Amino acid sequence: MDFISDAIVNIGLWLERLLVSAGLAPQAAALVMTIVGTVVVAFFPLLIVVFLIWMYRKASARIGGRLGPNSSGTWAGPGGIVQPIADVIKMFTKEDIRPLGIDPVPYNLAPIIVVASAVMVWAVVPFGKGPRMIGADLGIGLFYIMAFSSASLVAFLMAGWSSNNKYSTVSAFRATAQLLGYEIPQLVAVLCVVVVAGSLRMSAIVDAQQDVILLIALPLPALIFLLASYAEIGSRPFELLECESELVAGYQTEYSGMRWGMFYVGEFMGAVAVSALFATVFLGGWRGPFVDSFPVLGTLWLVLKILFMLLVWTFFQMTLPRLRIDQMLAFNWKFLVPLSLVLLCVLAPLNHWLVRALPGSDYVWARTGILLAANVLVFLGTWAVVAIAERRRTVRPRQVEVSA
Amino acid sequence: MLGQFTFVGILLVVALLLSLFMVGAPWLLRPKRPNPRKSEPYECGLTPHGESWVQFKAQYYVFALVFVAFDVEAVFLLPWALAHNVMPFYAVLEGILFILLLFAALLYLWRKGGLEWM
Repeated sequence: MDFISDAIVNIGLWLERLLVSAGLAPQAAALVMTIVGTVVVAFFPLLIVVFLIWMYRKASARIGGRLGPNSSGTWAGPGGIVQPIADVIKMFTKEDIRPLGIDPVPYNLAPIIVVASAVMVWAVVPFGKGPRMIGADLGIGLFYIMAFSSASLVAFLMAGWSSNNKYSTVSAFRATAQLLGYEIPQLVAVLCVVVVAGSLRMSAIVDAQQDVILLIALPLPALIFLLASYAEIGSRPFELLECESELVAGYQTEYSGMRWGMFYVGEFMGAVAVSALFATVFLGGWRGPFVDSFPVLGTLWLVLKILFMLLVWTFFQMTLPRLRIDQMLAFNWKFLVPLSLVLLCVLAPLNHWLVRALPGSDYVWARTGILLAANVLVFLGTWAVVAIAERRRTVRPRQVEVSA
Repeated sequence: MLGQFTFVGILLVVALLLSLFMVGAPWLLRPKRPNPRKSEPYECGLTPHGESWVQFKAQYYVFALVFVAFDVEAVFLLPWALAHNVMPFYAVLEGILFILLLFAALLYLWRKGGLEWM
């Protein structure tokens, strides 16, 4: 029973003991276990992506009033569950067309960077209780995630620029404007979390949510973070990098076969990474009922929270129309950036006062309530400012120009 | 600390190998029959005219300039947000002053029309 209650850690310990008893030096055994850990961490997002591709199709078909993959062509398993496998086989056997005049090095490197950077994020995500359930509990965990999640910008830029296709080049320019801009509200929303949780370490952020999840204390930073992250991975309301009706397929136009598949997988992996990050930072990560007596449940709770956030992502994807590029930039620079900065200016002194006036875990609900009230006040203030600005706005003739 | 970065380093190698495998393995399975028509850049069926690496007006270069200022700000704010609990209150206020200074820069740019679609 003890073995099962913390199964994943115990399997790891058992393997390590097996290696040592087989005659390996303890350091070498630890190194082998580290390598096994990296392989597990690298394949975990891939497994979720295979499931997500199916779930995304089912959910989007349900939202669109369609059937989805339940009998596409031939047998596809109960509810079309083996459809992603068929997709993988198709992708692996498809001809890889490389257009003339490309710049080969960035062209070939871009798909690799997309997937590799999405995998790297998982190094600091805690899958459960204790130091053995997290790849590397870095002291700069959140900063590390921000750094690696913005590596996709480089890949989009490389792919778009090197394709020798006008549409792809335009997409690369858009990627620069969009992904650079939305990085700021994302980072400032994370700073609000850092202010309240008091650490950049992922395990410490999860521990800070022992009694109350941070979503209740910080609903507004959570919303800003979610929107900015969706823009960072280029998903639907901010899908200007690859909008089919304007740019063919944007930066991925000239890719085919598995190279295109890498962008496809990378897009889903980005969504999974954002969901995992949101689940960890705002929804309490692996914390859930019975997790203290059965630590193995932590991974299950985390996966369930990730899947819930992926459903939210699908809902965003399927129901919101695409913004125009100037609307998208204005939404960022004139709304999200000022709002997130004001929020940080309000939350930092408030929390500074709260940890002195109401210290300890007895007052955690009081602190959460006051932070929530501050969030609501900032939200109402924003609402008022936007309403006043909307009333004052005079309709100017818009300059018509070919948009890039 | 070094042990943790060992994990990150090994994961980087594993991630790159995994991606390389995903890109490279189909080479064994896929057909390879290129022809000149197939390998033209796809520009909605029109014959591509010239290269795409031309100079054209990037309408949002100002945004990129603003971003540099704000990203540097974020780097300074990160340690401030981390340590604000152990610092005296005036240090928190100084951080806010710093944010407001950059906020003023944003407002200035806004009034100048730098955030408009040019």
